[in-house]
Amino acid sequence: MSLLTPPRITGSSVRPGDRNFRFITTGAGITVLVVLAAIAAFLIWKSLPALQNNTGNIFTNEQWLPDADPPSWGIAVLIFGTIWTSVIAMAIAVPIGIGTALYITFYAPRRIARTLGFIVDLLAAVPSIIFGLWGLYYFMPEIVPAAQWLSTYLGWLPIFSNDLDLYTKSILIAGFVLAMMILPTVSAISREVFWQVPKGHIEASLALGATRWEMIRMAVLPFSRPGMISAAMLGLGRALGETIAVALILSAVFEINWQITEPGGNSIAANIALKWGEAAGNGRSALIATGMVLFFITLVVNMTARWVVNRRREFSGAN
Amino acid sequence: MALRSDIHAPIAAGDDPLRLTGQRLPRWAPVASLGIGVLIGLAVQITGITVIGLAPAVMAALVFLVVYTAWTLAVEGRRHAIDRLATALIYSTATLALVPLVWILITVVVQGISVLSAQFLFVETMRNVNPRAAGGGVAHAVLGTVQQVGIATLISVPVGLLTAIYLSEYGRGRLARSINFFVDVMTGIPSIVAGMFIYTFWILTLGFPQSGFAAALALTILMIPVVVRSAEEMLRIVPNELREGALALGIPKYRVVLKVVLPTAISGIITGVMLAIARVTGETAPLLLTTFLAQDVNWNAFGGSQASLPTFIWDQIARGTQSSLDRAWAGALALILIVLTFYATARILAARYAPKER
Repeated sequence: MSLLTPPRITGSSVRPGDRNFRFITTGAGITVLVVLAAIAAFLIWKSLPALQNNTGNIFTNEQWLPDADPPSWGIAVLIFGTIWTSVIAMAIAVPIGIGTALYITFYAPRRIARTLGFIVDLLAAVPSIIFGLWGLYYFMPEIVPAAQWLSTYLGWLPIFSNDLDLYTKSILIAGFVLAMMILPTVSAISREVFWQVPKGHIEASLALGATRWEMIRMAVLPFSRPGMISAAMLGLGRALGETIAVALILSAVFEINWQITEPGGNSIAANIALKWGEAAGNGRSALIATGMVLFFITLVVNMTARWVVNRRREFSGAN
Repeated sequence: MALRSDIHAPIAAGDDPLRLTGQRLPRWAPVASLGIGVLIGLAVQITGITVIGLAPAVMAALVFLVVYTAWTLAVEGRRHAIDRLATALIYSTATLALVPLVWILITVVVQGISVLSAQFLFVETMRNVNPRAAGGGVAHAVLGTVQQVGIATLISVPVGLLTAIYLSEYGRGRLARSINFFVDVMTGIPSIVAGMFIYTFWILTLGFPQSGFAAALALTILMIPVVVRSAEEMLRIVPNELREGALALGIPKYRVVLKVVLPTAISGIITGVMLAIARVTGETAPLLLTTFLAQDVNWNAFGGSQASLPTFIWDQIARGTQSSLDRAWAGALALILIVLTFYATARILAARYAPKER
């Protein structure tokens, strides 16, 4: 009988080293959550003074006089400019990003595919200050004729009309530069999504005689739609928060103007960078309030995008 | 049942009715169409005559697309015409995607090379330099960038690595899922918001002065999610057999992680850290809020404003003189060289040494 009893395992089942290590790693993980919560908490807390003594309606007031007495400021202009520049950036970057991803995944020979993927990703490493500097002095002069063309031939559409006959420092140009900055994000995530299309679907459609485009339209795109939507939204998230390039390129006029080829426009992030130095106490508090709004907008956009993409498979655009 | 004739070109009388291949364009058709487009483009360039004000390059592209599609439509039929049009458009987007990087790199190198020198990089500062005068340098900014990014790396690598270990080795259940999710969300935080948070927390609430360290804290927030994500990806592709083998020998789990799993993944983790460094080195916005500008060397990262390469460029652009613009371009060249070197090295190492998946 005694031969059949299993040897007794002695000691505690959890070693102290294991417990401590697990504790430390869990703590590090929780730090991430704490930091995010702290960002929200501190931004709300420090924007309260300006929110309380604001004499204008924060959502409808089109002035920015937080350091005046009495203070009067609103975020309507900034939210409009932020979203309008980002929408234009998306309109340019999403088709090009998805097209590039399609080329890399389904058209290019292996070597070219890898090199092109590397080059597009490299664009993500270019600092935004360099995008701004180049955009202001080299890209803008080249794109002005395109803006003139738009207002000449499509000027009957209100957004392309130009009453000032000035075409620099416009929302359109900022949108172009933003598009280049978010192109790597859109392209990288679309690529990842296209890779996940089951090989069986692709081969089956080709075997049935579909052309390559029909294969893409009927097998790849329907499968990848949620992934492409979140790729676009993650690009949107980047465009919304982009600061320096927009601050350098826009002429930072504080008014709502739909006409994208005219100088003007503003964005939450660019306004913070431009006004921070000159702002006094209440001005900084008001800027923090706008930063809080930006934080929550990007949070919602990113959470939605992640939620959509995570339903399919875990992937991040972190690198 | 008849053969679906729309798959192929219409069967001409006298042809073999069972022939399965349709008429195809010759192999040189795309090149020929492109040639016609380029010729038209050149004609527009030389004569100046064009349709609705379109530029020569745009005309060339449009003519190419129309000729190529129409030709296919005539010879191969509608389905192939759409296919070839789509192919041409997809090739065009891929070409367009190359333009910005090449253009930016060439511009920065051409504009920056004349001012950039070892003297400019490591000796001269902007102390007592008139904005209108040539001269000066970025030694103070290089020092600031190295200190700020160095401190940020020292903080974010342990935190990020431990979080990645938690996610890949321990994390189960709701807490792990939410950390995983919010790490992804954190990659999307605008950099200016990170800077603003450190300003409200470190400077306004805790009362510390503007400093390079505050800037480093802001960069830390941007670095942590990148480090976590790349390290976790590397830890996940370490084969489970290694873990099981070590555990079966009775080794405590934390030693398995530290002595077996981490060493296996270390090359991938290092490249991930390099990518994170490349990402934050070029950040300007958070630095403007946390350390602002400085014209002279400040060795003390814990007190007073400190310069950095991105804020140096920002400052020089704002001054708007020709000499300051020259300095901005030279600073931009220095910055882009640092960032791209880190980035490219990391990507090449990653491609070469990453553990093979399955």
